[in-house]
Amino acid sequence: MTQLDERSKYLRRLVVSALDGGRRGHLGSSLSMVEVLRVLFDDVMQYRPTEPNWEGRDRFILSKGHGCLTLYALLADKGFFPTEELQSFCHRDSRLGGHPERGKVPGVEATTGALGHGFPLAVGVAAALRIKGSSSRVFVMVGDGEMNEGSNWEAAMSAGKHRLSNLVLLVDYNKLQSYGPTSVVMDLEPLADKLTSFGMAVREVDGHDVGALRSVLGALPVDPARPTAVICHTVKGRGVPFAEGNPEWHHKSNLSDQELAMIREHLV
Amino acid sequence: MRKAAIEAVGALADRDERVVFIGSDLGPGVLDSMRTRHPERFFMEGVAEQHVVGMAAGLATEGFRPYVNTIATFLTRRCYEQVAIDLCIQDLPVVLLASGGGAVYAPLGPTHLAVEDLAILRALPNMTVVAPCDADEMRRLMDLTLDWPHPMYIRFAKGGDPVVSRPELGFEIGRAIEMEQGSDGLIVSTGVATQVALAAAAELRTEGISCSVLHVHTVKPLDAQVIVDRAASCGRVVVVEEHVVAGGLGSAVLEALADADALGGTSVRRIGIPDRFADKYGSQRDLMEHWGITSGAVASAMRSLTGEGGHRVR
Repeated sequence: MTQLDERSKYLRRLVVSALDGGRRGHLGSSLSMVEVLRVLFDDVMQYRPTEPNWEGRDRFILSKGHGCLTLYALLADKGFFPTEELQSFCHRDSRLGGHPERGKVPGVEATTGALGHGFPLAVGVAAALRIKGSSSRVFVMVGDGEMNEGSNWEAAMSAGKHRLSNLVLLVDYNKLQSYGPTSVVMDLEPLADKLTSFGMAVREVDGHDVGALRSVLGALPVDPARPTAVICHTVKGRGVPFAEGNPEWHHKSNLSDQELAMIREHLV
Repeated sequence: MRKAAIEAVGALADRDERVVFIGSDLGPGVLDSMRTRHPERFFMEGVAEQHVVGMAAGLATEGFRPYVNTIATFLTRRCYEQVAIDLCIQDLPVVLLASGGGAVYAPLGPTHLAVEDLAILRALPNMTVVAPCDADEMRRLMDLTLDWPHPMYIRFAKGGDPVVSRPELGFEIGRAIEMEQGSDGLIVSTGVATQVALAAAAELRTEGISCSVLHVHTVKPLDAQVIVDRAASCGRVVVVEEHVVAGGLGSAVLEALADADALGGTSVRRIGIPDRFADKYGSQRDLMEHWGITSGAVASAMRSLTGEGGHRVR
């Protein structure tokens, strides 16, 4: 498995500072997507943190809203809001809830949380950008368990029909949903073939390999006449060995000082 | 009514480039004129209501004004979570054009009736719920939708319904229209049930019972003050709606009266669909009669409030 470099560890420490603030959160689901978001925000997307609604920006929609710890970490790291604010995660008056809300958090493009909402919405955004003649792109990240929701496949049919080449579906394929392995709960395979058959140009990548992600996400669209799907093979809980591949760490609440210390030990 | 609304979308699209139309596998030829003139803003998606509502939300986040049309029950029950989260939480100006509200699809059975739509839609914050009474009123409403800043649900009736609205009474979203004035009782209605209300008022008038008829085209936000004022002045209210009695306009009226401490001394009767799924087919009128949503039933309810045997109490 690819080693995590200092930046990947730093971003995970930001994730944990939010986790610590709320003493709860979807840690496993957030740690699997760190490198994908890192590459998007570091190397791929156009945006202006001080002008979050800048018309020329690329749009990122986190359909798997429960992975918001990582989205908040990236947005804070980029200056959309102060990193200290991460510690207010899930506090009563915080902007940073357990699922992200548009209009509350600068940089959050859609209110998500219930699964299967982001992809259809992203199709609408991509269609809108096309009408406007904009060169901006729409990136939407879904979870693998989330792909059980039929609305995603409705959206996939539409994205294919409209040949939305400005739309990029990112699947955080960590192979583990709440109850257990996706292969047991509701197998997605053959996922690449399915997405291809819906009219998408599909790439698969190691979702923790920063170099590989740069090369895939830096060469979009894959096909100028089709939407892109990037299946990111990831590890749930990546970076915290006892959480890796462990469904117990999909979501945790009432985290103790001891548990947080154990997590941090692996991120120095 | 449906034709008037759909044609209005085409006209709005001509004058405002923010207007987009999304249909969910509608009948052939719908809005062909708009499709021809503005193909980039005309979308005919498949039988995929969850996606369609989410897509409309996405277009709205980018500044467009989406109008979504399909059969009412599929635009409410089927995608309720999309309506709640994508449209209402984010408070996006998407207009849901709901074909066949109430018992319009009577011959097709209970899977196709939208009889609890007003109740479930009005439970959602930020949502506006409107049921015009005829095609003319629909045109007046459609003109106002373009600048309405919130999600809106518009319930269509069958089409070809008699025109009872009057332009001189005006039209404003959220403001009830007093179609008849009277001092003995108040009949409150929405949608095409207003025609039932007017017929009942006419029948009662021949007996010397004069009733106000308040057409509450906008069920949410409710024009509570005028309802409370009129109810308080006569003390007798009959609400009639083509909708289940649980949670609809009748419930909304009771809530308004209770919130204003105006229930004391005011009697209210609700006429609507009983708490069971449709168990007959036939026509819309057949089902309305089966359920007792008739001018006769409204008149009878008002008579029972005004005194034994229909005699006026004052």
